[in-house]
Amino acid sequence: MKELKLMKGNEAFAEAAIRAGVDGYFGYPITPQSEVLEYLMAQKPYEQTGMVVLQAESEVAAINMVYGGAACGKKVVTSSSSPGISLKMEGISYLAGAELPAVILNVVRGGPGLGTIQPSQSDYFQATKGGGHGDYRLIVLAPASVQEMADFVGLGFDLAFKYRTPVMVLSDGVIGQMMEKVELEPQVTRRTNEEVAAQCPWATTGRPVNGPHRIITSLELDSAKQEIHNHKLQNKYKEIEEQETRFETIGCDDADYLFVAFGSSARICQKAVQIARAKGIKVGLLRPITLFPFPSKAIDSYSKQVKGILTVEMNAGQMVEDVMLAVNGKVKVAHFGRFGGIIPTPDEVVKALETKIIGG
Amino acid sequence: MVETFDKPEIRTPENLVYSKTKVLTDNVLSYCPGCGHGTTHRLVAEVIEEMGIQNNTIGVAPVGCSVLAYNFFDIDMQQAAHGRAPALATAIKRLLPERFVFTYQGDGDLAAIGTAETIHACNRGENIVIIFVNNGIYGMTGGQMAPTTLPGMPTSTSPYGRDTQIMGNPLKITELVAQLPGTYMVTRQAVHTPAAVRKAKKAIRQAFENQILNKGVSFVEVVSNCNSGWKLPPVKANEWMVNHMFPFYPLGDIKINGEMVK
Repeated sequence: MKELKLMKGNEAFAEAAIRAGVDGYFGYPITPQSEVLEYLMAQKPYEQTGMVVLQAESEVAAINMVYGGAACGKKVVTSSSSPGISLKMEGISYLAGAELPAVILNVVRGGPGLGTIQPSQSDYFQATKGGGHGDYRLIVLAPASVQEMADFVGLGFDLAFKYRTPVMVLSDGVIGQMMEKVELEPQVTRRTNEEVAAQCPWATTGRPVNGPHRIITSLELDSAKQEIHNHKLQNKYKEIEEQETRFETIGCDDADYLFVAFGSSARICQKAVQIARAKGIKVGLLRPITLFPFPSKAIDSYSKQVKGILTVEMNAGQMVEDVMLAVNGKVKVAHFGRFGGIIPTPDEVVKALETKIIGG
Repeated sequence: MVETFDKPEIRTPENLVYSKTKVLTDNVLSYCPGCGHGTTHRLVAEVIEEMGIQNNTIGVAPVGCSVLAYNFFDIDMQQAAHGRAPALATAIKRLLPERFVFTYQGDGDLAAIGTAETIHACNRGENIVIIFVNNGIYGMTGGQMAPTTLPGMPTSTSPYGRDTQIMGNPLKITELVAQLPGTYMVTRQAVHTPAAVRKAKKAIRQAFENQILNKGVSFVEVVSNCNSGWKLPPVKANEWMVNHMFPFYPLGDIKINGEMVK
C-alpha cells in the first residue's frame, strides 16, 4: 500500500531507495545533500532489507564502490552535490564505458569551485554533455518536486538496467531541501543472488561452473574493437533518445510564448505562467523531465505556434543551447538566469519574458 | 619443445611432473620474460584451485602492468580505475559476503594514486585479500619513478637517481597498513627462488583462508623485479632486487592473526 508522508526531497530519495529494494548506498557528506546519508544511517535499512549503507572516505571511493557493486548486478546508489560530482566523474565515465547500471543523485549547488551551498542548475552541461572523459551520455532525470525525488529512484533503476547505463538524477538545493507531501511506493523485496544471476548474466557474481568467466572492464587496447564498442554505446544512446524522452506541458495549447525550464525553475515558471496570463500574456511551460534525452522534437513542434521561447535556468545559460538547436533558428530564443545560489522570483521571470522576448 | 608435446608416448600420466592450474587461462601473459608477475599470478591461481573456490571468487584488476589480469585468471573479474581496486572490493565483499574477493595491484596503483582507498579499506577492516606487487617502478608506462622507488634509483622520471631531497622518500605502505586495526595479516614475500615461491604461496593461501574468519584485510606484498624498467637482464635484476630492494623492504611476516610480529 502507498503511504503519504511529509518529507524533504533528500529524505524522500533515501526512503524511496530503501523501498525500491536497493542493495547498496555509498556516499560522502556534502551540503546540500547530506540528509540522504543521514536518513539512511538513521533508518538502518541493513537491519530491515539487508541494504548496505556505507560512508566512504571520499566521493572518489564512493563512486568506485558503486562500480564494484553494479558490476555484481546489484542495485547501487550514490549521491553528492556539485564539487563531489566532479570528483565522481572519472568513475561515472568508467561506469558508462563498462556499461554498468547505477543511479547517481546530484543535488546541485552554485559553482564553480567550492562555490556556494545554495541551489543552482549550473551542472546541466556536466550532466548532459558527458562530464567525464570519452564519448558517453548519461540518462538525466530532472525532478521538480519531492514526489519526483522519490519516483525517480525506481524509474532510474528501470532505465539503468534496461539499457545497462548509469542514470543521473539532476536535482538542486531547492528540491533536495524543501518539504512536500510525498506518496511512497510499498516496500519491494531485494532481489536474491539467484534472481540477479538470472537477470544479469553479465554480472561478476562468481564464475559459472561451466564458464565462461565474466569480465567487467572499460579497457580495449585494440582501437578497431574500441570503435565497435563506441558504436554500440552510440546506438544505445540513439535508442534511448527515441524511446525515453519525457516532458510535461502546462498551458501550452493556446500559448503565444513558451517557457522552457526544468527542476525548481519549472516550479517558479508555473507561478510565472499564472502571473503572465493574469496580465493577458498567453504563455505556456514546457518542462523537460529527461535532460538527456532532450525533448527537442516537442520543443520544435511549438516553433510555428509561439512567437518566442524563454529558457529559465539557475545558471548563466546552458539548456538554452539545446533549445536553440531544437528550433534551429525558426523562432526567437532567449535565456533568463540567476546563478551563484540566487533563486529567481516569478515576477522577475515575467519581466524577463516581457523585455527579452515580447519587447525584445 | 613442440615435438615433445606431440609425442603421446612421452605425454603419459607417470611422466607428468607439472601441469598449469586450470584457474589460469591459456592466454599468453603480457608480462616481460623474467618478471615476477607471472609467478605471482600462478600462485594466486593455484591457491584458488586448491581451495576449490574458482566459482566463488571475484578478483579486481588494477591499472598498471597487471591491468589485463582479467584475461589470465579464469574467474569473474572486474577492472578498476587507477588505484580504486580496494573501493570496488569493499562493495563486492559487502554485497556478496559469501564470495572470496581479492585485489591485485602494483606499487603505483596501491601506494600512490590509490593510497586513500588502500588505507581506508585496510582501516575499515574490509574482509578482503590485497596482493601487492612492488617492483619500485611504473613498468607499463615505461619505467617512471614509483612511490616505492629506492633512494638513488634511476628511473625515466628520476634519470639521475631518486634524490629524496627533491622527490621525497619511498613509501613503506606495507609497514603503514600493518599499524591499522583493520588488517589481520600483513606479510612481505618474494618469488625469485623456489624456496621463496613456496613461502609466498603459503602466505597467499593463508590470506585467502583468513577470509573465512571475517577478521579484516589480509595484505600480501610481493617484492618483485622489473628487468625492463630496471634495464637489467632477468638474473641480474633478481640479484639487484636481493641486494637493494630486500634491505629496504625486508621479507617476512609483519602482522599475523591480528598481532604485530616482534
